[in-house]
Amino acid sequence: MNASARANEWLTAVTWRRLLRDRPIVPLMGLLAILVLVIELADPGIVSPEWTGVIVRASVPLAILAGCQTLTMLTGGIDLSVAAIGSMAGFVTATLVHSPGGVAEGIIVALAAAALAGLLTGIGVGVFRVHPLIMTLGMSFVVLGLSNVWQLQMVQTGAGVPDSLRWIGSSTLAQVVPYNLLVFIPLTLLILLGLRRTGYGRLLYAIGDNPVAARLSGTRAWQVLIVLYVISAVMAAIAGLLISGLTNTASVSLVDTSLLPAVAAAVIGGTSILGGRGGFGGTIVGALILTVLTALLTVLGLPEPTRQVVFGSIIVVVAAAYTRVTSES
Amino acid sequence: MSAVTAPVGAPPANPARTVMSWAQRSSWAIGLVGLLAILLVFTKIIQPSYGVAGIQGLGISILPLGFAAVAQAVVVIAGGIDLSIGSMMALTSVIAATLMDGQSAEFGLAVVAGVLVLGLVLGAINGALVVVTRVPDIVVTLAMSFVWAGFALLVRAAPGGAASPWLMNLVIGPFGNPWIPKAAIVLVIVVAVIWIPIARSRMGLSLYAVGSNQLAAFRSGVPIGRTKIVAYALTGLFAAVGGLALTASTSIGTPVPGPYTLESVAAVVLGGVSLAGGRGGVFGPVVAVMVLQIIQNDMTFLSFDPNFALVAQGVILIGVLILGSVLESRRARR
Repeated sequence: MNASARANEWLTAVTWRRLLRDRPIVPLMGLLAILVLVIELADPGIVSPEWTGVIVRASVPLAILAGCQTLTMLTGGIDLSVAAIGSMAGFVTATLVHSPGGVAEGIIVALAAAALAGLLTGIGVGVFRVHPLIMTLGMSFVVLGLSNVWQLQMVQTGAGVPDSLRWIGSSTLAQVVPYNLLVFIPLTLLILLGLRRTGYGRLLYAIGDNPVAARLSGTRAWQVLIVLYVISAVMAAIAGLLISGLTNTASVSLVDTSLLPAVAAAVIGGTSILGGRGGFGGTIVGALILTVLTALLTVLGLPEPTRQVVFGSIIVVVAAAYTRVTSES
Repeated sequence: MSAVTAPVGAPPANPARTVMSWAQRSSWAIGLVGLLAILLVFTKIIQPSYGVAGIQGLGISILPLGFAAVAQAVVVIAGGIDLSIGSMMALTSVIAATLMDGQSAEFGLAVVAGVLVLGLVLGAINGALVVVTRVPDIVVTLAMSFVWAGFALLVRAAPGGAASPWLMNLVIGPFGNPWIPKAAIVLVIVVAVIWIPIARSRMGLSLYAVGSNQLAAFRSGVPIGRTKIVAYALTGLFAAVGGLALTASTSIGTPVPGPYTLESVAAVVLGGVSLAGGRGGVFGPVVAVMVLQIIQNDMTFLSFDPNFALVAQGVILIGVLILGSVLESRRARR
């Protein structure tokens, strides 16, 4: 092998590395395409517009929850309270169906309660510098406990998931386009534009990338963090409402099973848990990848336990690949 | 360690000073024990019939979480965190319960030994992955929590199996005096036998060094990777003991992880171990587990909705940390 060929090869490697580091969404789309291809090979004819609709419908709540993780991870935090807050939102709305204000009142109460929880979390993280992991963990205990208390209060009134939530959470246009995109697309645009084009978005990256430099250049981190955790809690509540509509259930532990996949989706999507690197676009693809992967493992006839094992292994491998690539700079 | 820090020519032993410095170093743990004592007195006041049965119940109910808290404490001291403790406990618990079912006592003993080794291996795998991939600890152990929980469900899909009778006798019931639960003795002895020799050895010093400042530890010649793997292996070992405790106290194995992972993080923080690493011990978290359990019992006695216990746990966790951060910033200002 002569020198120029070697240099050429080296250049390709560097380009790949750059691509993975700066535009992780491109290789992620490739991975997604491969997974779809594999599932089509495993069960010919399965991939159809209807199937795509089902996959997208299931990915939307997961992507929103993963969005909470993405935003908080950008600042070097994490939000473990999304499961408790999301479940609470769905549950509270269901119990308030027969209230005078109806569904609207239920949703407003749920979102307000979520925002309050997020505000308290933000104060803890921003003002008192409590570790986000612990702060959100403690908050999830508080929210879960209060939801249980609420459940005992409300057990007589009898309640169900309101029809409007069921419609937006589970119905599809022409069996293909899920209506939960009506919530998801505006939210996504808001987050993507917010992160790229607003000063607030840049502050999130700045705080996560180098907190000292951010402080020295005049950032009031505590204000940014309080707003951040309120946003995260409200997003968690929205996801919880969609999940309760999708599954037609309202329970205080409904969202629990989505917590770890949400963190996984954010990590697979290229957001660094150490802060300062990542974005929502990758996270959405990460959520799609996890959903397709779950579907693939089901098609392959793997039982749930095996699926969990494969799931966990893939997260480690993908995260390791990222770390390898990004640490070479 | 004290031999290094003592100035040359200082009086060889000053018991008062030794006690003072020990008290200063463990002020958090002493405060917790004081809180525990106050809570016990308080419990006796609000529930005059609280006595032998209550203490025995307390002993058995804290056992699994106690070991989980110790497991978490070891790895947090070394600057990591392990979110797969609950899954490792579930896996070791179902394996133990499945293998022991209907077997002789001798075989049960072999199973216990095997499960402990398995715990070491599971933990070492976690640690090796953290070291080799250089992925943040939270992500690796979170992913591995899926893996271990999946294996647990593969071992058995539903709760079942049985514990050897001697294993149950080991933890259930009083030890001599009816006031002393066997479970508490087992907890203290197991933790002491495993942890104290390690903490006093060179390895213990390395664990604290890596946890408090990895770069400084590296430059002082501490093998970072090996130390981290040992920390995770010890965490796996204690998680396996916790899994055995689950099997022994419930007499079956349950494949679905309990709330132990997150509660162990809470107990570790309340027990005075800094999440930043390098500070704290393993007995603080054990006392914290007792405190949390008594608070839960007290709320039942006061006929609060038991769900408020969960709220209280969250509020205490947050409150203690806020208090800690306020105290810290005051000290820094001085």
